[in-house]
Amino acid sequence: MSPAVRFVNVSRRFGSVRAVDGVTLDITEGEFFAMLGPSGSGKTTCLRLIAGFEQPDDGHIEIFGETADGVPPYKRNVNTVFQDYALFPHMTVGENVAYGLRIKGQARAKRAAKARDALSMVKLAGFEGRRPAQLSGGQRQRVALARALVNGPKVLLLDEPLGALDLKLREQMQEELKALQKDLGITFVFVTHDQGEALSMADRVAVFNEGRIVQVGAPSSVYERPESRFVADFVGSSNVLPPAFASGHGGVSKWTSLRPEKIAVHPAGTAVPEKHAATEGEIKMVSYQGAVTRFNVEAEKMRINAEVPAGDTRFKPGDSVRLIWPKSAMVTMEEGA
Amino acid sequence: MSSSPNRATPLGLRISAIAGLLFLHLPLALIFLYAFTTEERSFQFPPPGYTTKWFGVAWSERPDIWPPLYLSLKVAAIATALALIFGTLAAAALSRARFFGRETISLLFILPIALPGIITGISLRSAFDIMGLDFSIWTIVLGHATFCIVVVYNNAIARFRRLSGSLIEASMDLGANSFQTFWYVILPQIGTALLAGGMLAFALSFDEVIVTTFTAGQQSTLPIWMLSELIRPRQRPVTNVVAVFVVVVTLLPILAAYYLTREGEHTGGSSK
Repeated sequence: MSPAVRFVNVSRRFGSVRAVDGVTLDITEGEFFAMLGPSGSGKTTCLRLIAGFEQPDDGHIEIFGETADGVPPYKRNVNTVFQDYALFPHMTVGENVAYGLRIKGQARAKRAAKARDALSMVKLAGFEGRRPAQLSGGQRQRVALARALVNGPKVLLLDEPLGALDLKLREQMQEELKALQKDLGITFVFVTHDQGEALSMADRVAVFNEGRIVQVGAPSSVYERPESRFVADFVGSSNVLPPAFASGHGGVSKWTSLRPEKIAVHPAGTAVPEKHAATEGEIKMVSYQGAVTRFNVEAEKMRINAEVPAGDTRFKPGDSVRLIWPKSAMVTMEEGA
Repeated sequence: MSSSPNRATPLGLRISAIAGLLFLHLPLALIFLYAFTTEERSFQFPPPGYTTKWFGVAWSERPDIWPPLYLSLKVAAIATALALIFGTLAAAALSRARFFGRETISLLFILPIALPGIITGISLRSAFDIMGLDFSIWTIVLGHATFCIVVVYNNAIARFRRLSGSLIEASMDLGANSFQTFWYVILPQIGTALLAGGMLAFALSFDEVIVTTFTAGQQSTLPIWMLSELIRPRQRPVTNVVAVFVVVVTLLPILAAYYLTREGEHTGGSSK
């Protein structure tokens, strides 16, 4: 079976900037796929390449086994939920949702019925007559979703769709999107710069940096076994230990990732258990983050972050502490990029 | 700016505002007044008597009014149509493309309305001479189109700039080709701006004198006819009747344009 979307060595340049630089990627049918990266990393351009708003300068894109080269957006069986929702302000919600069906020439009654169904699917039944300007951000987001899904796309593209929503709404929409994707069984390709969002929603995550994919895998493998300093740092702000430090503390002489939550903070001089490594340092900063408290510790001329469950009030800046972590938590990375 | 609406305006300021308004609008009132005077040779004040007979005279006894009126309406209509087409296309191109010299080209589009009409007139006249074009309705239309395009362009580009590019992409994404996207998404968004621009352009063309005198040859448009009427000794109020007509024909579109663009501020906004 051919993949839903296939990139073969795809590049896209804007002037002298390589926005997408030799990306090869298969997105499997029915999966929830996240493209994660900082702004300017090429993830949005990849999405636009799938939608057809951009054409590759080099390489080749297939959608369900058919070449997408030169196929305009309006002839592709994919639909997009835009970052700013892009609802047509001069149309009602119902007309917005029915737009794609109207273009296809479906009868008024039929498309109105389908729009109604799509709106109730996103829990906006009865909103047909409203204008986009009368809706809240979360409601517009749902309309944009319904407007895309009503066309029965084989792939749904979502460009940072939750970016403009507040935290509570974002968490709620994350769950709803996930449930919707499971129900419909269609492929979702989701662009985000929020690693938490990517990890919690996606079946697989591709991490982008400077136009290239630096790692693809299940959220747990990207988080637990980062292959590069960039991934370790970008996904979950890991401590990146240089080879010399790693080899001196029970690891091997390579760049090593150590997650802050794996490190325990103890008073200086505490005994180190078996299979554990430790270092001594001075607390420079304490930041309370709700569920956890983060200590920034200067040890061996490095700054190391340790996160402990909130409520530990034993330490304050200036205290000498011993950081202890299991050697198994040290993840060796292939390169220093 | 800092004063609240219910705070009293200083008396001096109020008097000067009223004086300014009178200065602007009293001559206009006199035009209306003398359309009804019984005295046909001189404009004495106050008029010795009042009559509506000049409206009848203008309507039935003065066949010389009609050809200039038709010419003016025709020129204004054609110049407006040209302006709608080229002004919209230029605005669409310049609002989307990013290229070196874009601001300069934008300025070149607006320049004709900033230039004194006399310069536009002279340069067009010499250009027509060099090209060997005979003066006709078309030379007048070309002259008027120079500033009509600006008006449409200015209205359209303001709206194009507010038109989010993702709306066009959304339409394409939902299966619409370029023509369908223009018809269902772009035109409804810029429609009021085009209507307003078109009405302003029509009003500007309808009462234009300076450029017209340089490009008209032997024909007269309505404003030129009025100018020539002022030296006639008899039936002077007929000119005022025509002037009243011109005020109505030009003022109504301008008022409509004003309200249309103002309303556009609210409805044409982004979808955010």
